[in-house]
Amino acid sequence: MGDGRLSGMPSYAILLGRQRHVFDDLKALMAAASPEKSGDRLAGIGADTNERRIAARYLLADVPLRTFLEEPLIPYEADEVTRLILDSHDAQAFSPVAHMTVGQFRDWLLSYECTTAELSKLAPGLTPEMVAAVSKIMRNHDLIVAAAKTSVVTGFRTTIGLKGRLSSRLQPNHPTDDPEGVAGSTLDGLTYGVGDAVIGINPAGDNLEACMQLMELFDRLRQRFDIPMQSCVLTHVTTSIKAVEAGAPLDLVFQSIAGTEAANRGFGVDLQVLREGREAALSLKRGTVGDNVMYLETGQGSALSADAHHGVDEQTIEARAYAVARHLKPLIVNTVVGFIGPEYLYDAKQIIRAGLEDHFCGKLLGVPMGVDVCYTNHAEADQDDMDNLMFLLASAGVNFLIAVPGADDVMLNYQSLSYHDIVSLRHSFGRPPAPEFEAWLYRMGLLDGEGRLAPQASSVARNLIDYRPDIRASA
Amino acid sequence: MSNPIDLDPFARFRSVTRARIGLGRAGDSLPIRAVLDFQLAHARARDAVHGHVDFAAMAARLGETLPVTRLRSRAADRSIYLARPDLGRRVDPAGLATVQKGDWDVAFVIADGLSAAAVEAHAEIVLSACLRRLGDLKIAPVVLGEQARVAFGDEVGEALGARMVVVLIGERPGLSVPDSLGAYLTFGPKVGRRDSERNCISNIHADGLPHETAADKIAWLIREALRLGLTGVELKEDMSGAAALPLTP
Repeated sequence: MGDGRLSGMPSYAILLGRQRHVFDDLKALMAAASPEKSGDRLAGIGADTNERRIAARYLLADVPLRTFLEEPLIPYEADEVTRLILDSHDAQAFSPVAHMTVGQFRDWLLSYECTTAELSKLAPGLTPEMVAAVSKIMRNHDLIVAAAKTSVVTGFRTTIGLKGRLSSRLQPNHPTDDPEGVAGSTLDGLTYGVGDAVIGINPAGDNLEACMQLMELFDRLRQRFDIPMQSCVLTHVTTSIKAVEAGAPLDLVFQSIAGTEAANRGFGVDLQVLREGREAALSLKRGTVGDNVMYLETGQGSALSADAHHGVDEQTIEARAYAVARHLKPLIVNTVVGFIGPEYLYDAKQIIRAGLEDHFCGKLLGVPMGVDVCYTNHAEADQDDMDNLMFLLASAGVNFLIAVPGADDVMLNYQSLSYHDIVSLRHSFGRPPAPEFEAWLYRMGLLDGEGRLAPQASSVARNLIDYRPDIRASA
Repeated sequence: MSNPIDLDPFARFRSVTRARIGLGRAGDSLPIRAVLDFQLAHARARDAVHGHVDFAAMAARLGETLPVTRLRSRAADRSIYLARPDLGRRVDPAGLATVQKGDWDVAFVIADGLSAAAVEAHAEIVLSACLRRLGDLKIAPVVLGEQARVAFGDEVGEALGARMVVVLIGERPGLSVPDSLGAYLTFGPKVGRRDSERNCISNIHADGLPHETAADKIAWLIREALRLGLTGVELKEDMSGAAALPLTP
């Protein structure tokens, strides 16, 4: 195929026909090997021809996995995420694949020898750069098949990620956090059996008082109907810590995270404050079936938008965010794949690819991965594309998906999946929600023996829908 | 079989939320009416993003009473504009060279941004309402910016020598509102200003902030900015609605 890597030089080169392709270093090789992304173009690091992209993949396939331990893409001294990745690497767990190249690792992932048990043992031995590298030489098919072998199970009041289950986040966002408006979207979703991963709201502002009122709203609803569920107000981690100190009924601490120290600083966080957030939630001991108390969101392009990418491609940076996530033992993590915008993922092809990459990389690293299957109105995508991605992710065994009423988020002005979509996937794949939540749905009469929903006009559904949140009772 | 909801159990929520709740089902799926309503809203949003502001006609209308300059960004077309926000933030050099420096308090820029529909529907009305409130200030010639983002105004304001710039721009359309206008105010405009150095009045549309109220807020912010010599996080205004738009157009 060519002369492979030049001896004694840090660069990578290959001759394809008459064309010689040279890549300055490992991060340039990684960027060039990546499937086309508008964000890598914007950063000026993507392959400029199709041939060059494949040249990079030939070379990347021959890179030993060990190289990623020896040559950090972002210097150890410059970045606490790199330090976290290397300092927490489990050499014992890595040993079964330590001799492999990236290409051999890809073939092994797809082999009969690679089982769920093997992958679970391997996870602490893998670094984000290794899984990002192998994903770049894997087709969508490979990403789905390999991810479907993984199993990452977590718990709080429900158990999420069990084989044969599909969980969902109920997202009842409202432009002004009006309690009745939020209640309407929440109650609607519950009649669809949505919300077993979390009932999670993006508040309209970061105001502590308003966030605490939302926490109270969800907690009273939970107690009124004895729902095995957890709620989360997706405010900044420092606001959640204040809410815990003020005695709010907080289940999960949320934070957006990224794969570099500088990008995390752009979010106003570092590893220390994230650990403090986790400690705060743990101190409340509100979990019943597990103590995973964090909810984290990520997305390709977030580091570039903060100018904090160190010349590393957006998908590799995204995988590094999962090392941050893994450290915090979260209940759920999701990529907001199509939300960041077309300057990072231009169209449905790029969004679908990124969704499968993110899910695969997260799961391989042992992260309880879900996806917000979504797009904005300036991206070249529509609901048909989301149909495609949700079916692909269900095939890949995704832990949870996000749903909003009618797929339309009236607060963040973008489109995700609908409550209907979650029900449809459950039926199509025979994957009920988390066992504790499923039992509650049966208890309430919201599901029949065949897993079909009760009509919203039925008395069992009306029992829920007619619930009135007592706004005056809030703190 | 569909399960029509004959007595809407969600009636009590309809006045407090636009969320698509209580849609009913066809099996597990959305009923056809809900599918088509969604597709219509998305089609309008897409048309707003890809629509074309008739800047020639706008320049002719405004030119009857005001000096007007037309400029374009370095993004040659809409697809480049969407993929390369860096190019939409910079002014095409040939046009920029024609801009004369002056002694101006405020420069107004009308930029297409992400919604042509918003600019066509609201920009001229809001501009006129602002100008009526600022008769005592030195106002630079109005600039119309094609394929332009918010930071486009920084380079324009700098070239004009204006003390501050106000960019009226089409916001990223949502399904419920495809024609929302935003106003971004920046004191001391120059290339490289950060978003934290701006103030924003957003959600200017028929069901949102009315034109006259928006102009009140903008005029208030202009006078405060000129008095304090700054815009941004240190200049407080009730930015209700701004938090809902994490990405500036």
